[in-house]
Amino acid sequence: MKILVPVKRVVDYNVKVRVKSDGTGVDIANVKMSMNPFDEIAVEEAVRLKEAGVATEVVAVSCGVGACQETLRTAMAIGADRGILVETDAELQPLAVAKLLKAVCDKEQPQVVICGKQAIDDDANQTGQMLSALMGWPQATFASKVAVSAGKATVTREIDGGLETLEIALPAVVTTDLRLNEPRYATLPNIMKAKKKPLETIKPADLGVDVTPRLTTLKVVEPPKRSAGVMVADVAQLVDKLKNEAKVL
Amino acid sequence: MTVLVIAEHDNASLKGATLNTVTAASRLGGDIAVLVVGSAAGAVVEAAAKLAGVSKVLVADSAAFGDQSAENVAAQILAVVGASGASISHVLAPATTYGKNVLPRVAALLDVAQISEIVGIESADTFVRPIYAGNALATVKSADPVKVITVRTTAFEAAGDGGAATVEHVTPVADCGLSKLLGRELTKSARPELGAAKIIVSGGRGMGSGENYQAILAPLADKLGAALGASRAAVDAGYVPNDYQVGQTGKIVAPQLYLAVGISGAIQHLAGMKDSKVIVAINKDPEAPIFQVADYGLVADLFEAVPQLTAAV
Ligand SMILES: Cc1cc2nc3c(=O)[nH]c(=O)nc-3n(C[C@H](O)[C@H](O)[C@H](O)COP(=O)(O)OP(=O)(O)OC[C@H]3O[C@@H](n4cnc5c(N)ncnc54)[C@H](O)[C@@H]3O)c2cc1C
Repeated sequence: MKILVPVKRVVDYNVKVRVKSDGTGVDIANVKMSMNPFDEIAVEEAVRLKEAGVATEVVAVSCGVGACQETLRTAMAIGADRGILVETDAELQPLAVAKLLKAVCDKEQPQVVICGKQAIDDDANQTGQMLSALMGWPQATFASKVAVSAGKATVTREIDGGLETLEIALPAVVTTDLRLNEPRYATLPNIMKAKKKPLETIKPADLGVDVTPRLTTLKVVEPPKRSAGVMVADVAQLVDKLKNEAKVL
Repeated sequence: MTVLVIAEHDNASLKGATLNTVTAASRLGGDIAVLVVGSAAGAVVEAAAKLAGVSKVLVADSAAFGDQSAENVAAQILAVVGASGASISHVLAPATTYGKNVLPRVAALLDVAQISEIVGIESADTFVRPIYAGNALATVKSADPVKVITVRTTAFEAAGDGGAATVEHVTPVADCGLSKLLGRELTKSARPELGAAKIIVSGGRGMGSGENYQAILAPLADKLGAALGASRAAVDAGYVPNDYQVGQTGKIVAPQLYLAVGISGAIQHLAGMKDSKVIVAINKDPEAPIFQVADYGLVADLFEAVPQLTAAV
């Protein structure tokens, strides 16, 4: 059984981005880039399924600029067997990525696609669901537990009220939530090994996909700042402020 | 022009997040229709029909909708949009785990973009949404014929009652049969829901254990009539269930008062609570970043300060 894992290159989660002064976007020149944390969880889950003998091959796919090769190498250092880069300098929105991934799925015929539930840059939370719909497959989003066996998957999902468990027929799309697993650190030998694993590069046009954005960003601004607060000396002063100044008690 | 609002419900009651979504819909111009996809969800239909500003409630009733699978609900929405003969200009759902699960499927099958978690409406095709954990706000314009949108509920008031919408039944789509619900484990609590609470008491890794969390924070929450929340670290450590998580990738909240106890204030946590009216931080580390967003900061050991606070309020 083959598992496909889409991985996105994003600004590292520790970086607090700055809005550009001309309002055209955020400044990502010279900031640290990493694999989207939810995608790391996805790669880890796929590799664990392979180690458990459930999956036979894990293929990582990234859509974007040439530097996404690094992200694919990271996925291969965690344990993915090979990588596919759909290379383009164009701005990619979730619908376009879902279409590219559909074309890759048509070719690769995976049984399971494991996506991160959201990318921490655009915070869209769409691609997995869109891919699932385009494929006509079932989906199990926000997974905290995944078990795969003979043509089906049992997935526990984190929902607003608690947890829910679904049984879905394969092929299917699963998206990861934070509690699914704790991704391993890639060891140096595995990072070296990853450099030799196959990495194929294709273009959106090779897949016959039009990636033209549907949304135009008119401007990007900083959110309103909170005005500076005060430090209180003790609980009594805190209660007094909350009652008499903020009037929230 | 009709704005279609997808009702979030559990077949028994209409979820509050739908009310905020109706308010967002009212800013777009046009008629508002609420679609209830459910199984014997009469009480939901009744509640939706009473909402101010709603002119029509569409009901798709089928046993197959009982468990609200994304595949079936999306297929039904698609059928309704298709049958409307291009009169539906917008499809809105709350940006809850429910809306986020269903709506991208609808957008993909309509071959349009989804605009996620809007916090502002500039015009019928231009919206404001947070990106990078709320560290930037993007204004985006859609070129698509139908705008498929999830709405951040904290950015819009809840719609009130006072409407008298007509109720119309639509033909339910067939069960896709791709997915089966095996069970739900819902957190039971007599406290208010995180999304609707006026006061939230939230605990982080500083609580040290689930027992401490319950022993120290629950009495304060009970006294204040507050909801309980948590940081990711507290959820990961198993102190509290996943649905307590506030943040970029958990719940977004904006209560009148948010008390952050033993929470350092990582970007991802701030993303979920920095629109609260008043923020209080109790932390023993004077350098903790949470103090930069707090209106009132108290440097103290939470194990001493919180019981004192509980006694004083
Ligand atoms: C992809 C991704 C998504 C994430 N999403 C979220 C999210 O949605 N929500 C979220 O919260 N986090 C999220 N995080 C995690 C976030 O980065 C932080 O790790 C997390 O918020 C830290 O939780 P904390 O403040 O409880 O723990 P810590 O950072 O460990 O802080 C604990 C605090 O408790 C204080 N403390 C300890 N003991 C006491 C005491 N006795 N009295 C008083 N104070 C005490 C300490 O001084 C410290 O400031 C995400 C991270 C990633 C990578």
